[in-house]
Amino acid sequence: MGIFGRLKQSLSKTREAVSGRVEAAIYGRATVDEELYEKLEEILIQSDVGVGTSMELVEGVRAVLKEKRWDDPTKLKPILREKLAEMVAGEDQVALNLPGKPSVIMVVGVNGTGKTTTIGKLAHVLSQDGKRVLLAAADTFRAAAIDQLEVWGRRAGVEVIKQSEGSDPAAVVYDSLQAAKSRDYDVVIVDTAGRLHTKVNLMEELKKVYRVLGREIPGAPHEVLLVLDATTGQNAISQAKMFGEATGVTGIVLTKLDGTAKGGIVVAIKRELRIPVKLVGTGEGIGDLAYFDAKEFIDAIFGEQ
Amino acid sequence: MAFQSLSERLQETFKKLKGKGRLTEADVNEALREVRLALLEADVNFKVVKEFVNSVRAKAVGDEVLTSLTPAQHVVKIVRDELASLMGGQNAKIQIAHKPPTVIMMVGLQGSGKTTTSAKLANHFKAQGRRSLLVAGDIYRPAAIKQLQVLGDKLDVPVFQMGEQKPPAIARAALESARRNGQDLVIIDTAGRLHINDELMQELEQIKAGVEPHEILLVVDAMTGQDAVAVADTFHKRLGLSGVVLTKLDGDTRGGAALSVRQVTGCPIKFAGIGEKLDALEPFHPDRMADRILGMGDVLTLIEKAQATMDADEAKRLQEKLKSADFDLNDFLSQLRQFKKMGPIDQVMGMIPGFDKMSKKMKGQMDFDEKDLVFAEAIINSMNARERANPEIMDGSRRKRVARGSGTSVQEVNRLLKQFEQTRKLVRQFSDWEKTAKKGGKKRRLPKFPFM
Ligand SMILES: Nc1nc2c(ncn2[C@@H]2O[C@H](COP(=O)(O)OP(=O)(O)O)[C@@H](O)[C@H]2O)c(=O)[nH]1
Ligand SMILES: [Mg+2]
Repeated sequence: MGIFGRLKQSLSKTREAVSGRVEAAIYGRATVDEELYEKLEEILIQSDVGVGTSMELVEGVRAVLKEKRWDDPTKLKPILREKLAEMVAGEDQVALNLPGKPSVIMVVGVNGTGKTTTIGKLAHVLSQDGKRVLLAAADTFRAAAIDQLEVWGRRAGVEVIKQSEGSDPAAVVYDSLQAAKSRDYDVVIVDTAGRLHTKVNLMEELKKVYRVLGREIPGAPHEVLLVLDATTGQNAISQAKMFGEATGVTGIVLTKLDGTAKGGIVVAIKRELRIPVKLVGTGEGIGDLAYFDAKEFIDAIFGEQ
Repeated sequence: MAFQSLSERLQETFKKLKGKGRLTEADVNEALREVRLALLEADVNFKVVKEFVNSVRAKAVGDEVLTSLTPAQHVVKIVRDELASLMGGQNAKIQIAHKPPTVIMMVGLQGSGKTTTSAKLANHFKAQGRRSLLVAGDIYRPAAIKQLQVLGDKLDVPVFQMGEQKPPAIARAALESARRNGQDLVIIDTAGRLHINDELMQELEQIKAGVEPHEILLVVDAMTGQDAVAVADTFHKRLGLSGVVLTKLDGDTRGGAALSVRQVTGCPIKFAGIGEKLDALEPFHPDRMADRILGMGDVLTLIEKAQATMDADEAKRLQEKLKSADFDLNDFLSQLRQFKKMGPIDQVMGMIPGFDKMSKKMKGQMDFDEKDLVFAEAIINSMNARERANPEIMDGSRRKRVARGSGTSVQEVNRLLKQFEQTRKLVRQFSDWEKTAKKGGKKRRLPKFPFM
C-alpha cells in the first residue's frame, strides 16, 4: 500500500463530517427547498471551504437541478460530489519533481505547521525508495529546532548538515549543497524556520535562501513545499499566496488531517490558487505521510461510487 | 495585521450606512447581511455568527435607533459593544493563588505555541517580580525539552525536567521542587495533542488531578478555522479551562478564533501572542480589540506600552526637537530605537487611530525590524552632518556613496529615507489628532511620545 491508500482511512473524520451531515440534512425530506440549500452551504462553510467557494458550489448544484428539473433531495449528494471533484481535480501532479542529482526540496510555512516533522517522514519515504537523502538544518532561529531535525534524521537514517543556532540559514544551505554535490546525494531537503508570511524581513531572508539554492544548483529548488496545518481557516489562502510570491510554491503538504478538521481549505486553495496538494500528514509517527490523491480525497469525503 | 480584512469590510459596510442619514429596517438588515458575510469570511464559527447577528438585530431595529438623529452611529455602537462582549468584555487576569506557588498548566493542539507561550508567561511574571519554574512536560516531540531549556536559559528562569518520565509524575515532582525552592509560580508545558486522542487527554486529566492547577490555559492559534470551537469545547469539557491564550496574532489572521472561542467555552482570552520574541505577549482586552476592529484605534494600550518602555528624558528631548521642526535623521534613529522597544512595529502602529486608513504602500514602507535598525544605523553613520540634518539633499550620487560606505544597497538607502519621510508625516498627523482631541474638550491627552 505504501504511502497511498492511507489517506482514506485518516479522512474518516472528514467523511463523517461532510457526507454524514449532508445525508442527515436530506433525510426525511421529500423535495429540495431553499432551506436545504442553505443547510448545504452551512455544512460547506463549517468545513472551512470558505464562503465564496461554498456559495459557488451550492449555486452549481442548484443550476444542475434546475436544468434537469429535478426535485429529488437524494440527487443533491452526487451532484455536489461531482462539483467538488471538478474543483479539486485538475492537472494533478502529485509525484515530486526530483530530476537530477542532487534534487532539492525546500520546505516552507508558518510556525508550527509541521515542517520539520514532515521532513522526517519524507526523508524516510525517499530513503525507502533507495534514494540517498541529506537534510539541511536551516531553521537556525527556533530554540532546539536543529536538535529536533537531528532526531528525525536519526529516525530516518539520513545525514543532517547543521551549524550553530543563530547562524545564517543561507550559509547552512550553501554547506549542505556542497556536501551533497561532493558526496553524491540524490536529494537535499531544506528545513526552514517557521515565519508568518506577513513579516517582510523574514520573507526576504527566505528569498535569500531560495536564491542561494538556485545559484549553486541550476534549477534548484526543484520543489518548494508549503506546509499547511489542516486546522487553519481561510488564512491558509493568504499563506499560500504570500509564500508563493516569495519563493514560488510547487506543492502543498496538508498536515494534521488526523484531527477533526475537515481539510475543506484544500478546495478553496485549489479554486483560488491552483497549487496542487502533494502530500498529507496524518499523525506524528514516521509512517504518517501519504501522497494526496484527488479522487481518493473525494471518495474519502463522500464514500466510493 | 490581525483583523485587518474583517475590519475593512465592517468599516465599509458602516460607511455605506452612515451615508444614508435616516435608516429603515431594510437598511439595517442589508448591513447585517454584510456583517454576517464578513464574519463568516473571517472564520468566525457559523453558530456564533448566527447568534451575533440575531442579537445585534434585536437591538438595532428598535424605535430608539431608527428614530435617532444619528442612527448609523447607533448601529456601529451596538456592533462594537456586541463584539466586545462576544470576546468577553473586560480583560481577565491570571488568578494568583493565596498560598504560593500558583500553578499554571498549558494545553493545546500541536504547533499552537505552548512552549513559547510558557516562556513568555515566565518572562511576563518576572517583570512583576515573580519567580517562575518552567516544567518540561512535553516528552514526546523531539527536542521539546531542549527547546524549553534554551528559552529558560535566555530568561534566566529555571527549567524542571525529568527526561522522558511520565508527565503526571514530572508535574508533581516539579511542584514539590518549587515549594522547596520558594518559587511562586509553576508553569507546566505539555505536549501538543489532538482533542480526540483519548489516551493523551487522559494524561492531561492525570496531571490536573496531581497538581490541582489554579489556571489551565488553552493555547489557540489565531489562524484556526471553524474547528477552533470543537477543539476548545472538548478541552474545556475534559479539563475545565480557566482561560485561553491566542497566538500568532501578529499575522494577518481575520480573527475568527478570537471571536468564537470565548462565546463557546465561556472562558476568557487572557493573553495574546504578538511575535516570536519572548516579550511579545500582551494582556488581551476585548473592549480595546473591538475598537481596533472598528477602526477606532487603541490609544490606551499604546499609552501603556509607551509608559512602560520609553526613556522619559530621551522622549522629552525628541519631542522638543520635533516641535522646533528640525527633526533629522539622528533623531529618527534614536526614535526608532525607542519605538522598537514597544513591540512589533506594525502592532504598535495598528493602535494609532487612523492608521488603518493609511495606504498599504505607506504601511509597507514603515515595516522595519531589528535588522533594518542595524542597516539604518550603518546608513545614517555613513552620512555627513549636513546630510543628516537635511535629508532632502540626498541625491543619486550621495545615495550611491552612502550605500557603498555602509555596505548596503541604494535600495536600502532609498527605503530608509522613505521611512524617515513617512514617519515625519505620521508624526504630524498624530499631533494634529491630539490637537483636535483637545479642542473637542476631551480629557484624553496622549503621553509624550518621542515622535510627537
Ligand atoms: N497530529 C499530527 N501532528 C503533527 C502532524 N505533523 C506535525 N505534527 C506535530 O505538530 C507539531 C509542530 O511540528 P513541527 O514539525 O515542529 O512544526 P514546524 O514548526 O513547522 O517545523 C509537533 O508537535 C508535531 O509532532 C500531523 O500530521 N498530525
Ligand atoms: Mg521546524
